[in-house]
Parts: sequence; structure tokens; C-alpha cells
Amino acid sequence: MDFNFTEEQDMVRDGLSRLVREQYDWETRRKAIATAEGWRPEVWSQLAELGILGMPFSEADGGFGGGAVDAMVIMTEFGKGLVVEPFVPTVVCAGGFLKHGGTAAQKEEHIGAIVSGSAVFAFAYAEPKGRYDYADLETTAKKDGSGYVLNGHKAVVIGAPWASHLVVTARTGGERRDRSGVSVFVLAKDTPGVTTRDYVTVDGRRASEVYFENVAVGAEALIGAEGEGLALIELVTDEAIAALCAEACGAMKVAHAMTVEYSRQRKQFGVPIGSFQVLQHRMVDMYTAYETAVSLTYLATLRLGSDERTRKLAVSAAKVGVGQSARLIGQEAVQIHGGNGVTDEYAIGHYFKRLTIFDSEFGNVDHHLKRHVALS
Amino acid sequence: MNLEFTPEEQAFREEVRSFIAENYPKHLADFGMREDMAREDFVAWHKILGQKGWSVPAWPVEYGGTGWTPTQRYIWSEENARVNALMPLPFGVSMVGPVIYTFGSEEQKAKHLPGIRSGEVWWCQGYSEPGAGSDLASLKTTAVRDGDHYVINGQKTWTTLAQHADWGFFLCRTDPTAKQQEGISFILVDMKTPGVEVKPIKLLDGGYEVNETWLTDVRVPVENLVGVENKGWTYAKFLLAHERSGIAGVARSKRGVEKLREIATHETLDGQPLIKDFDFAKKVSQLEIDLAALEITELRTLAGEQAGKGPGPESSILKIKGTEIQQRLTELTLEAVGTYSAPYMGGVSNDNGSNEHPVGPDYAAHAAATYFNMRKTSIYGGSNEIQRNIITKMILGL
Repeated sequence: MDFNFTEEQDMVRDGLSRLVREQYDWETRRKAIATAEGWRPEVWSQLAELGILGMPFSEADGGFGGGAVDAMVIMTEFGKGLVVEPFVPTVVCAGGFLKHGGTAAQKEEHIGAIVSGSAVFAFAYAEPKGRYDYADLETTAKKDGSGYVLNGHKAVVIGAPWASHLVVTARTGGERRDRSGVSVFVLAKDTPGVTTRDYVTVDGRRASEVYFENVAVGAEALIGAEGEGLALIELVTDEAIAALCAEACGAMKVAHAMTVEYSRQRKQFGVPIGSFQVLQHRMVDMYTAYETAVSLTYLATLRLGSDERTRKLAVSAAKVGVGQSARLIGQEAVQIHGGNGVTDEYAIGHYFKRLTIFDSEFGNVDHHLKRHVALS
Repeated sequence: MNLEFTPEEQAFREEVRSFIAENYPKHLADFGMREDMAREDFVAWHKILGQKGWSVPAWPVEYGGTGWTPTQRYIWSEENARVNALMPLPFGVSMVGPVIYTFGSEEQKAKHLPGIRSGEVWWCQGYSEPGAGSDLASLKTTAVRDGDHYVINGQKTWTTLAQHADWGFFLCRTDPTAKQQEGISFILVDMKTPGVEVKPIKLLDGGYEVNETWLTDVRVPVENLVGVENKGWTYAKFLLAHERSGIAGVARSKRGVEKLREIATHETLDGQPLIKDFDFAKKVSQLEIDLAALEITELRTLAGEQAGKGPGPESSILKIKGTEIQQRLTELTLEAVGTYSAPYMGGVSNDNGSNEHPVGPDYAAHAAATYFNMRKTSIYGGSNEIQRNIITKMILGL
């Protein structure tokens, strides 16, 4: 049992922390997310140069041999700066599908491009009526010769406007919500028949509704075995949840620190509001919520390689606990900032918004409490 | 970073598991604590561990500690919780012991540490007073120097299990003119000294666990002063930080959740086991999640201690979350037993020696008493509100 980071992990943290400090100060971020593109490809290139985009891939696949703990370190720093660049969709999700389910040819084609920063991915799994059930799919992929034809509508695909490629889940057999019959495909976003409606998300990122209309792909687009994609999806999304929990921890740490600092500066009744015990105890509860969230994030991250049940229990525990902490810290931070907390000008509201949307990604508190009960 | 046990740690687990299986007193297995059981039963395991050299694992090796790593100590507490073992009481081992080996004289160490290790000497804590609870520094008990003695007068309260105590450690005011925290001394008192009187306080669960301790012209030799006169507050705070570090009770709560699941498997609702009811199962899962978070938080704290940081203000988090979870556990157990929570079967402490079969299932007999009894946990050891004050000051810097 060991809670120490390696020297390399400390170096990654220091390097990223500097990048976020220098490239992601509040004004620069505000301007960048307001441009037409909404992100900075030059930041993405820097992440590639720093080796961040290749961190979780094995050296044999062209990466730097890192693992889940490295992803946790990276995502925590991203959370502190509310970094919008699509590390989770590209590296954790698409990278995860390729790592765990990709053929040699698929790895060859895509992992090098992810590591170098030339390919950007989005993960199209959600549907308007599917909520958090990865098997509740209306999107279909029908066998056509050696390939498939995709039809359907994918909802709130984070990072899709920036993506060159998509990973898509679709039903190749069985009935809606059956565990079998779910397949995973990888394809270029400019494949004929793919259209998008792009938009801004409330937490400053970009997403799309993605429509597939008779989109023909070859057999090489299928990741893993046909109809048996669900276990792979559950593994990769569990990895994504652990990464998002780390991001939320980074954001919570900053939101809490900002709130304590604000309470020191802000005076009412002639004294700093931080001298009021009623606020002190609430900030202590925020601190405790942050620390327990960090603990659950460690638990989920360190159990990603365990047997399926242990992994799912740990990940669901984290998504529940971190989700509850994120809700508490976000709401309390805004409350203690008073009127300033609900303005667009103050950074705290933006941390609140990111922490709010975190809950809806890959299953909210209720969903994961239900999964925890089912596995208990 | 990893959560795996090394082969050496797994071997250690096997070793302590078989030691416990072979040596833990059979008649106390999975018995739980009953405050009015015989003194010999309270200290039975302590004495066996004392002979083995395992009664004070966390102490420095030179004073009898085992030199175990935090992970080994964690394994030790888990293995003991498996049989719900009656662990050595904290008053000697976790409270006054560390104060004596850190601040005491060589004579005090030689005189008192062996009895604490062996379990021969029973200690009690004289901190709170009727007028000094959370505001402990306002305590009024006085110790006035008279030749080579202190003469102590005052009243202490909530003196846990003082009915068995041989010795007590008392906070007394030695300089009434100094600022509150600065005139306090830490004094060891032989409980057989004339003028010491212990009177029971009955608690709402019906049990007898705490006392009022009256001190009337109690003459104590000056060599019983620990450290420096008027510096007792420093030692008192040191002790409270040590007290808090073991207070999370993670291993025991994990065992408690297992028992709760067993109970909810026997209880029925709509013809199904209660644990199949989603509303109830959800509460159990939430409790397990909170407990998992606490467990990793405690392990992180222990790892920090191993890296050279003593029990710091982080232990306040463990106290708050640990006691909330212990209370929630007793609350859900109370809910699980349903209508059989109502019959009064005596306090947590009061059924010893009774041969009468409880009304309702065995597991229901003490559910309410335990729930009532455990309300104390967020009040003792520095109330959870005081812990929040400590975090405010020491961690938030406000």
C-alpha cells in the first residue's frame, strides 16, 4: 500500500501546473472559449510536446508507458485551470477503446496520431432517450457486405466540434437495452452521411448533436467483437469516470481556496466574513468534502485494474461521493461569495458550472448509487 | 501509488489472524463492549497482548511499541475487528501513555509505562467539568502547592469507567492569575488517595459508563506533575490529537456494516428480505461509500504520519466523519429491526448475567440502546463543532 507519486508523476504535475498557470490565466481562458473555435489547438500541440497526450499508452503502442495514476495527475491539474481541451474524449475514451479493444492495424493508424496531437476524438455514446444506459441504443449499425451502415442520433457529444474522428456506439443486434448486440465503431468525422449541430455547453466547452444517415463504414471500423462491445464500453467509461473525478477534485480544490480567500477579503459589519463561525464551519465541511472526494478518486483510480465487480463498485462509489462533494462545494462556494458568486465576472461561478455538469457525465449520483446497490 | 498488500504484509496478516484465533478469549468472541462487565473481561485481551508485546503498537519502539508500519497497524485493527475484539481501552494506551513518554520524567516513565503496557493499571481521564465542556480551558479544579504536595479541589465529570480506575490524569489550575490556558497543569492522581470520590451517572440508554469525580483536599506528591507547571494545556492538546487519530473506527464500522446486511437479510418487507428493498439498500450503499472514503482518508493520514508528520489537524476530519458514520450505522440498524426497536432490554451495559431471552430477535435487543449510546461520539473527544473550529484555525488559517 503506497500513496506516494513517482518522481516522473511529480514532474508531469509540475510541468502541467506551469502550463496552466502561464497559458490558462483567467483572462486568456475567457477570451479563448469565446472565440469561434472555442479552444486552442496550440495548447493541444504543447500538450503533445510535453508528452501528456501519449502518457497513458504503452511504449509498444507509441506512448510513454504511464497508467491510470498518471491520468489522475494530469486531470487534476486540468481541473484546477478549467482546461477545456478534450483530453478525456481523445486520450482516455478513444485511447482506451484502442488500447483495450483495438486491432494492431487500428492502434497503428490512430494511437500515433493521438500522441502527436494530429487526431482529436469525440466519444458519441449518449442518446436523447438512453439516459445513462450504454445499451439503451436506437442508433443502429446494419451489416452491409463486409462493412456496416450506421443510422441514428447521438446526443451531447463533448468535443465533437473540434474532433477529426468519432468513436460511436450502435446496436448491431438484439433488442433495445439488451446487454448483447452493442458494438463500437471508429470513423473519421468527415465520413459521408455524418452531420452535426454544434453548440456551446454551459461549462464553457463545445459539443454537438451528431446525426448518422446511411453512413457506410468498412469492417476495419469495428472495435472489438461485433455485438459484444458493452463490457469494453463499461471498462473505458469507468476509466473516464476516474479521470473526470480527478478533474472535479482539481476544480473543487481551487473553488474551496478561492472561497476561503474571499472570506478573508470581504468585509461586512466591519469585519472579514471569514471571522463568522457560521461560515467557517461551512468552509470546513467543504474542505472535508474535498478530502473525501480525493480519497474516493484514489480508490477508483487504483481499482481500475481489479476484477470487474471490484472495479465497478469502486468507480460507482467515487462517482457518487465525488458528485455529492462537487454539488456541495459548488453551491456553498457561490453562496459564500454572495452576489459576486452569481456574476459572470467572478471565476467562482465558472467552477460551479463545471462541477455541476460533472454530475451528468457517464451517470449521475442516483445512477451510480443504483449500480452500487445492484453489485452489493 | 497502489492499494495492494505486499507478500510480507499478507504474511503479517496471516500471523496476526492465527495469533488472534489461538489467543483471543473464547467467551469474549464477538461479544461487543458491555460497560458493566467484569474488570477482568475488559482487560483480558490487553493483558494477553501485553505479554506478547503487542499492546501498544503505535508507541516508539524504545517504550514498547511494535515498530509496525501504518499498513501493519491497519491490518492489525482489521483482524481484531473481524472478531469484534475488546481492544485495550484508550485512556492509558492512547492518551496518558504518549503524554508520559513525550513529556514525563524518567521516574514517571519507569513507574507508569509498564502498567499501561501490561494492562495491570487502569487509567481514567479527568478533563471535563460541569462548567467546562467544549470550553475546557475554563476549568476550575485547583491544585495548590503545599510543601512537597499539591492539594486538589474540584469536580470532574464524564469520567469514563472511573469505577475501575487505579490512576487518573487530571487537568488542574495551578495559577489562577494567568490567562486561561496558561495556568493549567497536568497531574497524575492515584485514585485511592483520600478525598477522591467517584459517583455514577446513569445514561439515557440505561447503562453505567461515566461518572462524576469529586476531589476534596486530595494531597498528591509534586513528583506527579507531568512536565512543567502551568504548561499542562500543551500536553492536553497533544493528548487530544492522539485521541482523535484512532477515533475513526473504520475496521469496526466495516464489521458493523456486514452485521447490518445480515440483519437486513433476516428482516422482511413485502415478503422479501429488507436488503432487497431499494430504499433501504440505497442507504446501506451510501454508508459503505462514505466509509470507503473515510478508510482511504485514514490511510492517507497514516501514510503522512509515517513520513514524519505527527497526528495533525487532519485527524479532526477523521473524528468528524468517523463518528458520523458510527452513528449512521446504529441509526440504520435501529431502522432495520423495525418494531422490535421498542422493547427495553436494558442498556448496552445491563444484560450481563441475565438468562432471560430477549423479546424479538437477538440482534434487535440492543439496537435502540446502542443507537442512544452512540450519540456520545460526536460530543466526546472534543465535540464535532470544536473539531470544525480546529480545522478552521489550523488548516483554513481563518
